[in-house]
Amino acid sequence: METKQLTEAIEFDKDGHLANLEDWSEGIAQELAYLEEVGELNDRHWVVINFLRKEFEEKGDTPTIRKLTKQSGVSTKELYQLFPKGPAKKAAKVAGLPKPKGCI
Amino acid sequence: MKNIVILGAGTAGTMMLNKLSKVLDSKEWMLTIVDQEETHYYQPGFLFIPFGTYGKKDVVKPKKAFLPKGAEFIIEHIDRIVAEDNEVLLESGKVLPYDYLIVATGTEIRPDEIEGMQGDEWHKSIFDFYTLEGAMALAEKLKDWEGGKLVLNIAEMPIKCPVAPLEFIFLADDFFRKKGIRDKVDLTLVTPLDAAFTKPVAAAELGGFLKKKNINVVTEFNIGRVEAEEGKIVSWDEREVDYDLLVAIPTNMGIKAIERSELGDELNFIPTDKHTLQSEERENIFVIGDATNLPASKAGSVAHFESEILFENLMSVIKGEPMTASFDGHANCFIESGNGKGLLIDFNYDVEPLLGKYPLPGVGPFSLLKETRMNHMGKLAFRWIYWNILIKGKEMPIDSHMKMLGKRVPESVEL
Repeated sequence: METKQLTEAIEFDKDGHLANLEDWSEGIAQELAYLEEVGELNDRHWVVINFLRKEFEEKGDTPTIRKLTKQSGVSTKELYQLFPKGPAKKAAKVAGLPKPKGCI
Repeated sequence: MKNIVILGAGTAGTMMLNKLSKVLDSKEWMLTIVDQEETHYYQPGFLFIPFGTYGKKDVVKPKKAFLPKGAEFIIEHIDRIVAEDNEVLLESGKVLPYDYLIVATGTEIRPDEIEGMQGDEWHKSIFDFYTLEGAMALAEKLKDWEGGKLVLNIAEMPIKCPVAPLEFIFLADDFFRKKGIRDKVDLTLVTPLDAAFTKPVAAAELGGFLKKKNINVVTEFNIGRVEAEEGKIVSWDEREVDYDLLVAIPTNMGIKAIERSELGDELNFIPTDKHTLQSEERENIFVIGDATNLPASKAGSVAHFESEILFENLMSVIKGEPMTASFDGHANCFIESGNGKGLLIDFNYDVEPLLGKYPLPGVGPFSLLKETRMNHMGKLAFRWIYWNILIKGKEMPIDSHMKMLGKRVPESVEL
């Protein structure tokens, strides 16, 4: 499969997030979504992914769930349906961004 | 006459006022500081209150005692900042015009943001320790609590003093052990992050810490609601954690006046240039401490390092010169680990907490990311430094920028 080849050539960090942000593409996102058991990406998934990427580009930081649900038009409940079990981390992963971290 | 108005007379605002009043000519400059409270709280001390180590008297002093005589101190609630008119409106209707504004209004806990948290059980079986009231109520509760499930929940990031939840749970372990009821207490840390320690070096050095102390960890838990009658917290993905005693770190937000001023983000934190500390909206508004949206820790040490940068940059702007000072996100935090010991971390925007000695490379006396008695002594001594040096805006023998000298990455960790 073409998508399989896409992720094979790519480097990941030890948390399974893309090591290099510039490696990301829409095809990669779909492949990552399958790996994360998110399934086929629909329009609502893309609203979340595009919001995350735009925020990261502008702020240099992965936005919090609160920011996402307040500003992207996707409610917390829907977000959990789209990215079950840990949307903050899964959505970030599919969007090719690093995982949210604390200070220590 | 020109006006500088400072909003908030906590750690950050008080430091800034003291620094400015020393150098600005009182014939040319009117300095005004506004706060809703007369009392200055030593907030790092709140952590010790639930365990009876500190009482109220150890953490409060009148704000007035730390403010310079030439400045005007207004005790009142802020209604809003009208940035386009360079004015602050107070609740009484009083208007404060400014040439330069420093916003140091901090952050507050918002238990009302979480469904079911602030009902009948608030301060009965659900407590916070980020307010004096909450910490005192929890101290009362712990005095004769006989054991059960104690759950510490972090609602969402960012929070003030991100290490405080860990410190609380370490001190709780110590407290119940000394009381002889540790075997009757089940301690659980419930966090939205994917581990108690998320940075590689800290995780490698301290990863086994919680297990050693028999503290359970539930990760990636984003609290959706509290079912106080049942004694459980429920995540958005319907996972449940039962408790007998819930110690909550609710959502942290900037004050509502920031929202009314339309200057904040979704958490009422003010978009601020991470290096100059100027607000992104206006050139004559600077922001310091917990009130900013910076990707730095919300901590007193950060406010202190920022105060030196902000001072230099504001002076440059006043003189019509370009700003040259740049904040690097430096933070420096003692972490109580129980049993009379502590840890110390020193880091910035780019460098995570590493091993080493501090502040003198190779000498110390403090050890970074290591559990020592000296680190604990440092934390206790800091209270004196806070009241007598720090908030008075006096020079501290610590560089505001983080130093790499004396720091090292353990061989086992690849960054």
